[in-house]
Order: sequence, then C-alpha cells, then structure tokens
Amino acid sequence: MKRLILIACLGTLLAACSSTPETQTPAPVDERSSGATGVPPPGSTTNPAGGSSLSGSAIPPGGTAPSTSSTGPGGRGSPLTQPGSILAKRSVYYDLDSFVIKDEFRPLIEAHGRYLRDNRDAHIIVQGNTDERGGSEYNLALGHKRAESVKRALSVLGVQDQQVETVSFGKEKPRAQGSNEAAWAENRRSDIVYQGE
Amino acid sequence: MNRMFQRAAALAFAIVVSALICIGPAHSQLTIEIIGGGATQTPIAIVPFAGESDFPIGITGVVGADLQRSGLFRLVDANGPRPATPQEVRYGDYRSRGAEAVVIGSMQPAGGGLVNIRFFLLDAVKQTQITAFSYNVGSSQFRAVAHKIADVIYEAMTGDKGVFSTRIAYIVKQGRRYMLQVADADGYNPQTIVTSDEPLLSPAWSPDGSRLAYVSFESKKAVVYVQDLASGRKHVVANFRSDNSAPAWSPDGQKLAVTLTKDGNSQIYLINADGSGAQRIATSSGIDTEANFAPDGASILFVSDRGGSPQIYRLALRSGAVERVSFDGDYNTSPRFAPDGKSFAFLKRDGGRFNIAVQDMASRQVQVLTQGGSDESPSFAPNGRMILYASVQGGRGILAAVSSDGRVKQRLSSAIGGDVREPAWGPLGK
Repeated sequence: MKRLILIACLGTLLAACSSTPETQTPAPVDERSSGATGVPPPGSTTNPAGGSSLSGSAIPPGGTAPSTSSTGPGGRGSPLTQPGSILAKRSVYYDLDSFVIKDEFRPLIEAHGRYLRDNRDAHIIVQGNTDERGGSEYNLALGHKRAESVKRALSVLGVQDQQVETVSFGKEKPRAQGSNEAAWAENRRSDIVYQGE
Repeated sequence: MNRMFQRAAALAFAIVVSALICIGPAHSQLTIEIIGGGATQTPIAIVPFAGESDFPIGITGVVGADLQRSGLFRLVDANGPRPATPQEVRYGDYRSRGAEAVVIGSMQPAGGGLVNIRFFLLDAVKQTQITAFSYNVGSSQFRAVAHKIADVIYEAMTGDKGVFSTRIAYIVKQGRRYMLQVADADGYNPQTIVTSDEPLLSPAWSPDGSRLAYVSFESKKAVVYVQDLASGRKHVVANFRSDNSAPAWSPDGQKLAVTLTKDGNSQIYLINADGSGAQRIATSSGIDTEANFAPDGASILFVSDRGGSPQIYRLALRSGAVERVSFDGDYNTSPRFAPDGKSFAFLKRDGGRFNIAVQDMASRQVQVLTQGGSDESPSFAPNGRMILYASVQGGRGILAAVSSDGRVKQRLSSAIGGDVREPAWGPLGK
C-alpha cells in the first residue's frame, strides 16, 4: 500500500515538472550546498559572530583585482578559489535577528562586486541561512532577507540583477550542527556560490 | 477477560498512557503520553463490550484512551459484569465507584465478515440512556468506530465536537530523509504521503481534508505543492523566482495565501489552488509571511517585521486595512486562528525561549501555554480545545499538544526515530 502511494507520488512528481504554469519561471539553483569545497570554514580562523579580524587582514595587496583571463568560475588559477584571495571567502555572517551586513564583510562584498562587474557572464546564487531557533517559515523569510541584502549591496556596486539569484534555506540546512551559540552564529549566514562551481 | 481488566485499570490510574501500544496493531509510529489534566474531569465507566474479547482488536480500550487523552474524562473501574443492554446494568456498581456516566455495548458477528458494534451511553445518576449507536463494519474499521464512539461520548458530555476521528499531518526527518506523513489523531495508521531527500515544510490541510499543501525543497529551493490524498496526484502551486512558501488555505478551499519573493521581499499573495492568478494582497518594505485565514475568510493574520521586529498583523481583505495585533515582546510569529475566530495561537519568544501562546482577539490578553523553550508550529484542533505543536525533547523533535486553557498537556513520541515536526491538525470529517 505504502509502496503504491510512493510510486504514485513519483509519477506525479514527474508530471508536475511539465505542468508548471507558464507564468512561473523556476530560478536556476545550483546544486552546491553550504560547506562545499573552496569555502574556508570561517569558524576555524575567527569567531564568525563576534570576530572583527575576518576583514582586511586576509586581503593581499592587489590580490582582489579580478583577472579577466580567468579560466572560469572556480577553475585552476581562478581568483575565486585562490588560497588567500578574498574572492575565496564566500560567507557573510549576521547578528541574531539581523540581516544587516556588518562592516567587516564590506571588503568581501566589494571584491565579489568588482569581479561580477568585470565578468558580466559570471552568475552567482546567494544562499541565505538562519540559526535553528524560531519557526521554519519566519526563518525562511529571514534567510531570504539576508540573501537579498547581499544582492542589494552588489547591485549598488554595479552588479546586474540577472547576475544574482537568491535562495533561502532558512534553518533547514544548518552547516554547524548543535544547539549552542557557536553553531547558531555559524548558521546565521549568507553564502555566495558561483554558477558552474 | 483478566487482561482487559488490567488494561482498564491501567488506563484509570496511569499518568502515562502506554495502553495504546498494547491494544492496537504493532505498527504505530506515534505514542501519546498525557501530562496533567483538565480542571474538571467527568468520571466515566467504560465497560468492556459483551463479546469484545472474541475479537483480536478491542474497541473500549481505544475509546477510553481517546477520552482520557482529552483530559476531560477520568476512567473509573469498570470491572465486573459486561451488560450488553441498559436493562442489564446495575447502576449501583458504577455509582459506588464514582462514575457519572457508563458506557456499555456489544460486538457480534453480523454475517458477511461484518461485525455489529452497538454501544449505549448511560447517565449513572439519573439511570437513563443519553445516546446509543449501532455500526456494522469489518475489522479494519474497528479503530475508526472506536474513535466515532469516543466522538459521540465527548460531544454528549462536553457539548463540543469530538476530534478523535480526525487526522494529523507532520514531517518526519530521519537522517537526510524527509517524509510528509498523515496519521489518525492518536498517532495510529501513519501513511507516508511524500518522501524527499530535501527539506519538507509547512503542511496545510485543505478545509475539506482532501488535499495537503506543503513546501518542498526537492528542486533545491522552496516550492509550494498541493497533493490530493486519495489519488496521490500533486501539482505545483507556486514556483516563481526565488522562494515560495507558507501556504494557507482560504476557508472555501479555492485559493491559498502564499509567501513569494519573486519581486524581492517576502510578500503575501493570493493564488488559485491550481497555481494561477497570483495576486499580491499586502505591501511592505520588509518581510510579510505566514498568512492564516480567519474562519469567515474576511481577514488574515500574518507576520511582518515592518515595525522593526516580527509581529502579528491583521489584514482586512476587502478594505486592505492592516492593524497590528501583537504588542508584547519582540518576536511573535506563526499565528493560527482558533476555529471560532475569537483567539489565535502563535509562537512567542521571551528571553530567548520560544513557547506557544494564545491571544484573545477582543481583549488582546495573552496566555503562554507551553514551557518547552524550543516550541513552534502551533495548530488548533478543529474543535478549538487542543493545540498541537512541535517541541524538542532530549535533542529530538517531537510533537506535543496542550489544551487551549493550558491545563492538559500531551506528548506524542515517535517510535521510529528521527525528528517529528511541523504538525498540522486536519479538519473534522464530513
């Protein structure tokens, strides 16, 4: 009986794909989820919530200048993945309840803004996340607002709207497990993911 | 005979009702514990039905467990003879044990594989019949009949509709696997409706109980689906750019309110149940989400951070007028109207702790009902007497319920492991 229901579900799932109303255009969403390679675990270098050393110190002079001869997002030699490159930093962290991008993450946003402005064919998805506390739906909206805050900051820097998609995972895909301040701080986060990575 | 007595005695005295496990089939996935009880509990004697022990599945154990779970009844010792008709009842036996009501009945083969189940609800003080019913059913319907009998008794004794025949929906997370399940209100007969390796959220019953709306991340982002329970057919209701979530049915079942982010912020739209005609119904520069229709369909409650913190607002759909309705604290979300529309349940944060509260619409008086600290997702029983919600115990997600006056508390724990969350109590049957 259960198997029958499952089969029916799978069948209709396939049917649903083709019956999406025309007015609705699903956004392309990268398969990559949080914690993928190339993202330095922020907790390993500094306290993501309270730390103020995330910015500045890691930027090598001139290291943020995007290379127009890049081999593509994430390719060998790409500044996006070069160790020490600020473009390899992809996570923006937030205070509790907040979607405000703190000053310490401005250099990161500006570096990605420059790269996207100089590489108009580059596209990113900003994934918004929250900690586990509170209801799923409000957290989904808060995660969206966090992702949207990154998109807006990039837009101000001259990045085109169609280069940036946003998606919220709310509290559904925590990178850090556990119910403690450190895990919560780690999960209040937006991640920048380049398409093709 | 002896086993039935032990069972009744256990039900009468136990604080933890484990009887459900003994009585029914072994595939139950949710068991229910009762913590606390109502202010006044009607003492009732539920006498094992004549002939009941000839059948593998009992009726009276289920009836007793249902009534006791409501917190409004106290089971008194029903040991002794098993009268099949009111004429055979020796009322003194039950009066001396404090019973105000007595339930008796019989089970007999009725031919064609059917069984005749007959029951009488009797007033032990006046020694009169309050009500009686007779059913001819197959054994697969025994539990359903038991819930019906409990509903009849509950309504006769309290004046409110019983909700023992209703169903609940919830999400089970096991490892990386998510299941949307539907079960009887007592946790029996769980059916997996949707399985996904990506998160599932926010199941919402259509008003007639035939369909479930829910949010699935199976395409790597939040998309709203509606699935028909009988056929298993599902369709996309909202898959616009970015996130689509928070489905809530209009009382006529024609439309849903959903939260869409296609134009930037999380904003609330009305959309036809087939996914057509999305129309924005409120505008803010921040988050608007978690719409919930008033029972009369004239207004919705929703959550907005337009004032700087998440608070609950009411939108009059005809005029578009919006008023803030929650004022206490800096985090009030997940509003759910009571079935009579006179109050709403919601999620309240206080000093970092999240608990379920109710607020009276007229007086704005707030009562915090739970103390779990990690509680969320309130959902009213269709008679308004209980609120089902998600809680955490020992690091695991569990379902719990509390009476809307805060006196009766229940825990529903999963026997299959994993986290249970996002509960939604279904409507009354037709």
